[in-house]
Amino acid sequence: MTVFVIRRLLQAALVVLIMSLLVFGGVFLVGDPVEMLVADDADQAEREAIIKSMGLDLPFYIQYLRFIGNALQGDMGNSFVFQESAMHLIAERMPATFELAFAALFIAVVFGIPLGIYAGLNANSWISKTIMTTSILGFSLPTFWVGIMMILFFAVIMGWLPSSGRGETVDVFGIQLSLFTLDGLSHVFLPAVNLALFKLSMVIRLARAGTREVVHQDYIKFARAKGLSDTRIIGVHLFKNIMIPVVTVLGLEFGGLVAFSVVTETVFAWPGMGKLLIDSINFLDRPVIVAYLMFVVVLFVVINLIVDVLYSVLDPRVRLQEMKS
Amino acid sequence: MKALRKLGLAAVALSAMTANVMAADIVIGIRSEPSSMDPYFHNLTPNNAMIGQVFSRLVDFDSKQQIFGSIAESWKTVNDTTWEFKLRKGLKFHDGSDLTVDDVIYSFERADGYEGGNSSFRTYTKGKKLVKVDDLTLHIVTERPYPLMANDMTTVMIMSSEAKGTDSSGKNKGISAKDFNDGTATVGSGPYKFVEWKKGEHIILEKFDGYIGEIAQPWDKVTFKFIKSEPARVAALLAGDVDAIDNVPTIDVERLKKDPRVTLSSGISNRVIYLHLDQFREDSPFVTAKDGSKIKNPLLDPRVRKALSKMINREAIVKRVMEGVAIPAGQLLPEGFFGVSPNLEVEAYDPAGAKKLLAEAGYPDGFALTIHGPNDRYINDAKILEAIGQLFTGNGIPTKVETMTKNIFFKRASSGAEGLPEFSLVLVGWGSGTGEASSPLKSLLATHDKSKGMGASNRGRHSNPKMDAMLLEALATVDDTKRAGLLAKATDMGIGEDQGIIPLHYQVNTWATKKGLKYNPRTDERTLASDYVPE
Repeated sequence: MTVFVIRRLLQAALVVLIMSLLVFGGVFLVGDPVEMLVADDADQAEREAIIKSMGLDLPFYIQYLRFIGNALQGDMGNSFVFQESAMHLIAERMPATFELAFAALFIAVVFGIPLGIYAGLNANSWISKTIMTTSILGFSLPTFWVGIMMILFFAVIMGWLPSSGRGETVDVFGIQLSLFTLDGLSHVFLPAVNLALFKLSMVIRLARAGTREVVHQDYIKFARAKGLSDTRIIGVHLFKNIMIPVVTVLGLEFGGLVAFSVVTETVFAWPGMGKLLIDSINFLDRPVIVAYLMFVVVLFVVINLIVDVLYSVLDPRVRLQEMKS
Repeated sequence: MKALRKLGLAAVALSAMTANVMAADIVIGIRSEPSSMDPYFHNLTPNNAMIGQVFSRLVDFDSKQQIFGSIAESWKTVNDTTWEFKLRKGLKFHDGSDLTVDDVIYSFERADGYEGGNSSFRTYTKGKKLVKVDDLTLHIVTERPYPLMANDMTTVMIMSSEAKGTDSSGKNKGISAKDFNDGTATVGSGPYKFVEWKKGEHIILEKFDGYIGEIAQPWDKVTFKFIKSEPARVAALLAGDVDAIDNVPTIDVERLKKDPRVTLSSGISNRVIYLHLDQFREDSPFVTAKDGSKIKNPLLDPRVRKALSKMINREAIVKRVMEGVAIPAGQLLPEGFFGVSPNLEVEAYDPAGAKKLLAEAGYPDGFALTIHGPNDRYINDAKILEAIGQLFTGNGIPTKVETMTKNIFFKRASSGAEGLPEFSLVLVGWGSGTGEASSPLKSLLATHDKSKGMGASNRGRHSNPKMDAMLLEALATVDDTKRAGLLAKATDMGIGEDQGIIPLHYQVNTWATKKGLKYNPRTDERTLASDYVPE
């Protein structure tokens, strides 16, 4: 296991290095941040001073080497726009995004798994068919559009929920969280549902497919024959076995939720990292874009590791295979 | 009956209460978040608008960009090179300390020597020497006559010299931008005090009771929420989450007009949308003969530029593309601004006249063009370009339209390959920050000259030494009437005779509020709490 983890970590470091070159190079090639930052009536001398102060007059490889040198010391550079540490800006927005992602994940799991199992067990009932048809909508409708429609209906027409922003927060171990206030919950509800829709549909489909497969296996039949209750069969034997694909996918998808909640955050003016990314792209704030993408790379690498470990907990056979290899 | 009366009373009490709340607090959904609360960090509209409510300037612009005294009570020229500003008596900063000439000088020094920010205020501070006469009298001395002194003073905000920061390096007087963002050093004298900034979320301001000056301050507490997405901003207003929004998208204007819950306030902006045409090379990259072969750049000929201008149906663009929310333009600034020319009319749509001019210039069969512009910078920018492409094509100039995101477009439009403007014809906009005609003349039409800082945004590289001379003379003429005349003449030359650029329309900006409120539309596009008033 240790050898495996070390090997994985080395691989991860290589991935991160290659990504840094791709990301930095890609962002470097696009546009000119000075044009975005300079005042309209600034003269040429002012422009040149800004270019110099940002080090943009240097050739690409020097800028890149500088970046790597600083990054190795944990410094991802300063934002062009805010002139503050890019990592600090991202960290500041992180709680809001994680909160949203967790809420979305929660909704996807809590509703998705029971609905999926139900649809798997009663494949031909009209309720199951309704569930499956609806889940197709969850897959195919664009998040942006659904978000706007939700705002239109729940906030503008019915006036039940706030349309945008983050609600009141409370300080939990120094982190501002809004999940513990009523106002905060009312603000997080719509964006979380919006973000969850796609994952919810996916969980339903995975759980249904898993159920359909597992329910015909010998050990389920055996359990039935033994006279175990339905609750125990479904709750323990079936549940455990359909969870492996669900956990794998959700693990990776959680990274996706965090990294790419961009659309939802923009539509609902949610002050998270996704909104920061969009703002930074608009301003060509290269250090923040690079820091963000690097953060995402690291996040995915870490999540992959965690998923592997969880796997072995759920299914001991994985552990055995690992030992052999 | 009794119960009914009770209910009625309760309703009255409730409405009185909500009316009270309304009068006291306002939540405003705005598009752009500032990059800092440091007044000298970044010379950009969202910053200048937000910070200008916390820090006052010597003089300021009203909603029509007319100058009024803010910290200064009066100002005049002592001689050709010296301006005198008299400060109001009894001015206080938010921490209760007095505002004197020393604070003004301190602020100028910090602004002038600012290190590490984005776009600095040096454009307005350089070449000026500040001399303290007494606590309330300030002299500003320049080497040459400098008529735009008061306009320049609308930009630099005044902070307290007693504000303390945490920067140990001593850079920027030891106060870093961060100290302003968390409120440590945010000590101004404006109508509102800084309370809190949650990045990406909101900025909260509070009424400053010690404020002395001409800005009405109707609100006790102001919350600016940052809502970038346009439909989300409109929805937030309709849902009642915010009381007001800025930058109403034109596509929603018609619908909101009919909505009984909403009041729209729109006003002309100082921003002109125009076309820049390549006037500096014989071989322009995006102009060809109709068969695609190379030709000598026809845009060098003023008659061709005039012909193109005549092919543009400005009325139609304003009506169809801009949903009526714009005003056709004939020069650099709308009527009423300082230095506009009385002689210039909006060019009428005249295809026959255009054809004649083209024939005169030696292009009876026309030529082919590719035009470029941003698709996320100005109101409906890409759609305007498409309309122009169709108008050109329909009038014998087959035209391709290419639009791109602004952060790529501007780079290529001002310094593409070899550091030269890359395109042949581009759509751009210009807002006159100083509220008068010298700003666009200097940046857009004056000969591009790095050493003099002229023509910095002259992406067509138009050049006319006679106009340059006229402009320079205006920039050194203190007499207002004379200067206005010179600026108007320079505009007549640059646009009337040369067609150095082709003006299309002036933007009209729209703010929306819930019923019972309205906004004093500002030509400088700023969204200020004090300009929201009960209807």
